[in-house]
Amino acid sequence: MTTSPVTRKRIRGGIGESPLRPDGIPKVTGNFAYASDLHAEGMLWAATLRSPHPRARITKLDTAPALAVGGVVAVLTQDDVPGRPGFGMHVPDQPVFAAGECNYWGEPIAVVAASDLETAKLGVAAIVVEYEVLEPLTDMEEADAADSQTRRMKIRRGDRTVSGAVSVEGYYEVGQQDQAPLGNEAGLAIPDGDGGVDLYAVSQWVHSDHWQIYPCLNLEPEQIRCHPVGMGGAFGSREDVSMHIHLCMLALRTGRPVKMMFDRAESFVGHVHRHPARMWYRHEADADGKLVKVEARLILDGGAYESSSNAVIANAAYFAMGPYLCDNVFIDSVAVKTNNPPAGAMRGFGGVQTAFGHEAQMDRLADELSIDRLEFRRRNALGQGDPMNSSGQIIEGSLPTAELIDELASMPIVEPLASDDPRHLPGGTGLTTNPDHVKRGMGYGVTIKNLAFSEAFDDYSDVRISLSPIGVEVYTAAAEVGQGMVTIIQQLAREVLKIEQVAVVWSDTNVIGSAGSTSASRQTQMTGGATYQCAVELRQQILDEFGGDDLSSEGVWRDGDLLVTLAEVCGGGAKEHEIRYRHPETFATDENGQGDPHPAFAVAAHRAVVDVDPELGLVRVVQLDTVQDVGKVLNPVAALGQIEGGALQGVGMAVLEELVVDKGVIKNPNFTDYLLPTFLDAPHIEVRFVEEPERWGPLGAKGIGEPPTISAGPAVYAAIQDAIGRHLHRVPVLPQHIVGSS
Amino acid sequence: MIVSFNVNGEDRVANVAGSESLLQVLREELGLPGSKNACEQGECGSCSVELDGAIVTSCLVMAADCEGSAVTTIEGIGSDKELHAVQQALIDHGAVQCGFCTPGFVVTAAHLFEKNPHPETNEIKEALSGNICRCTGYGAILRSLEALAEEAR
Repeated sequence: MTTSPVTRKRIRGGIGESPLRPDGIPKVTGNFAYASDLHAEGMLWAATLRSPHPRARITKLDTAPALAVGGVVAVLTQDDVPGRPGFGMHVPDQPVFAAGECNYWGEPIAVVAASDLETAKLGVAAIVVEYEVLEPLTDMEEADAADSQTRRMKIRRGDRTVSGAVSVEGYYEVGQQDQAPLGNEAGLAIPDGDGGVDLYAVSQWVHSDHWQIYPCLNLEPEQIRCHPVGMGGAFGSREDVSMHIHLCMLALRTGRPVKMMFDRAESFVGHVHRHPARMWYRHEADADGKLVKVEARLILDGGAYESSSNAVIANAAYFAMGPYLCDNVFIDSVAVKTNNPPAGAMRGFGGVQTAFGHEAQMDRLADELSIDRLEFRRRNALGQGDPMNSSGQIIEGSLPTAELIDELASMPIVEPLASDDPRHLPGGTGLTTNPDHVKRGMGYGVTIKNLAFSEAFDDYSDVRISLSPIGVEVYTAAAEVGQGMVTIIQQLAREVLKIEQVAVVWSDTNVIGSAGSTSASRQTQMTGGATYQCAVELRQQILDEFGGDDLSSEGVWRDGDLLVTLAEVCGGGAKEHEIRYRHPETFATDENGQGDPHPAFAVAAHRAVVDVDPELGLVRVVQLDTVQDVGKVLNPVAALGQIEGGALQGVGMAVLEELVVDKGVIKNPNFTDYLLPTFLDAPHIEVRFVEEPERWGPLGAKGIGEPPTISAGPAVYAAIQDAIGRHLHRVPVLPQHIVGSS
Repeated sequence: MIVSFNVNGEDRVANVAGSESLLQVLREELGLPGSKNACEQGECGSCSVELDGAIVTSCLVMAADCEGSAVTTIEGIGSDKELHAVQQALIDHGAVQCGFCTPGFVVTAAHLFEKNPHPETNEIKEALSGNICRCTGYGAILRSLEALAEEAR
């Protein structure tokens, strides 16, 4: 036992600070290993043959010519799938390879492994395949009429016969956005020599991949180990399996490591996209500016396979009318199945599409009532204790919608610059805009998002913490896609254990249980919550064992005296504890969409200021002022980065980004034609946080990734309409819409 | 075809196929994977390198054209032990999220600061307008480089 006086070191990098990311230095020096940088001795390269038709019957498929190409080692098709023929996030409806029929443009038909990438591509080109081209189903309303859907979801709440003093109707279309993470899909599969495989491939949820892969390979679960890997972003695009099963099959067939790397064009067809949408709304309000009734019909195009469409359409329906009180809500929504590219998860997940509709409706109603647009929202703001407008669920957690609106109203409005520097004009240094013709507009977006998984999903995160004299290790399979989960885990562990040295150990599916997906704004609350609770329990176990009242990097304390050193605490080996963390239980709703489907909610409020040249249709987004409901700020720099980055994706969706799909064929699968916001397109973003603790999660923190993406777009969309004084019914808003030529 | 050129101060020789880009040769033959392949159309700047004193997107440069050239890649700028001021500024201000665009930003920004030690805000934005970042919204990148420009005054 130690008796000499010891002072406790102050712990740096706890909650509320913004410690440097542990992966920061390798990322700025170029030393960080992404999936595309992985290499294994003797590895082969793989390439994929993809359907050139959105719908066709395969009448002949001959792989022998590919095998005859020097350097080609293996060619695999659906005939080679040893187990279950298909995979899918929710249902295994997508064949590993198209067999018989191709259902979308770019659907995989075969894979080739060869000595190098060029040879693999030569092998793909040598495969003989003949098609009977079939008429694709590509219009979402035609699909609905043809009863081709994956889920119909209706909300029936209140009395449909009531009506308000004023009524507005609107039709809105949302184009298809791509996640466009900078790093393309890549992966490396290494056979273990014993019939199993270690897979290192991009993923937002390695356990979900695992559950989809091993049945297709007809192997025992532990024979496939999915490892977290360095990723250049995700934003939803890595929630689904892409190359994973193909790589494992090739590694098993060849007995050699196999690498695959999509180029940008292949990435655009190789991952799911945001659902395009068509939406019809009728809103009614009384003369005092209270919402009385909302009716809506929503169609989202899920493309050829289900992916996560059924959860996306539920979100679209539950969040069809935003964070506003209303007792009479009638929504008919449907996710349809077509021969378009499969749609699935993207940041905002169903709520993004409807936000454009409900916020435009709120503006139109406010204008009809001659009430200030923000004040109108304030009067109808949904809050804690209220029934959720769609499901009727009583909102038990925090929901400071009114506070956000008040805070947003208090933020100064940016003044026009008294400068004719073309860099501040729409169109920039193209020198096309006459400054005298520029019109300024302002618009709002106030939106709501569910946090973590809903509708009775068993949502959990497993974490194991190991404490030794050299520090703390936190084992998790949570995907770090760039958002900074790694830093949040460290901060939470430090805060509880008062030990500064914390390492996050990214663990494969055999080492640790699922952390759930890095999506749905859930990891801060779920894996952060798991880390916090696991650390609290481990600390208590150690204190109980040694009769102490405090723990730190020095050891166990009682009444200010050090009882035992950390080395003594761990004398019998590292102290370990593992937990499975769950959020409050959620439930499936009834046939009217009524019940308690969500564990928590967050709101965000944005105000956009834009300059528009109405003659040329050019837009410059000048500034976004944002207030976000974050529960508690754990890391100010990371929180700010999530909000700024999320908001710019919303801006991109409002004015630039659209995957152009013509009769099922993507016309712009490249960065020359799919336009992403650059430094010069990015507005100044002013961010404020409102901290009202959530009922669950670490220290009251809420997830923050998605709300800014949902709110920013509608604010920009509204600001453009304000500038030109005309309603527009489609996003992205393109120059031709503004000048009125289409 | 054999191409001799100088990469990060070292004379290197590469056996280049006719169609190979400088990016492919750097990543796959010279063991320098820091330059990233994200679009191969010169649109995103993730593969930016300095070639004979100018910033280029290495995906659009034919490796065969680099005979006798001098190339500086991300691996030639700073090190884990001694970061370049741009690298330090980026991590200090939270300008790194997924980090896939970061090598391109570092190379381009280091070039900017070498030519102009205290650029104005608009000059920073213009110099980096060929580098796309999908994560940060550019806010933290701008704050980090503005702070660096301020320090240089």
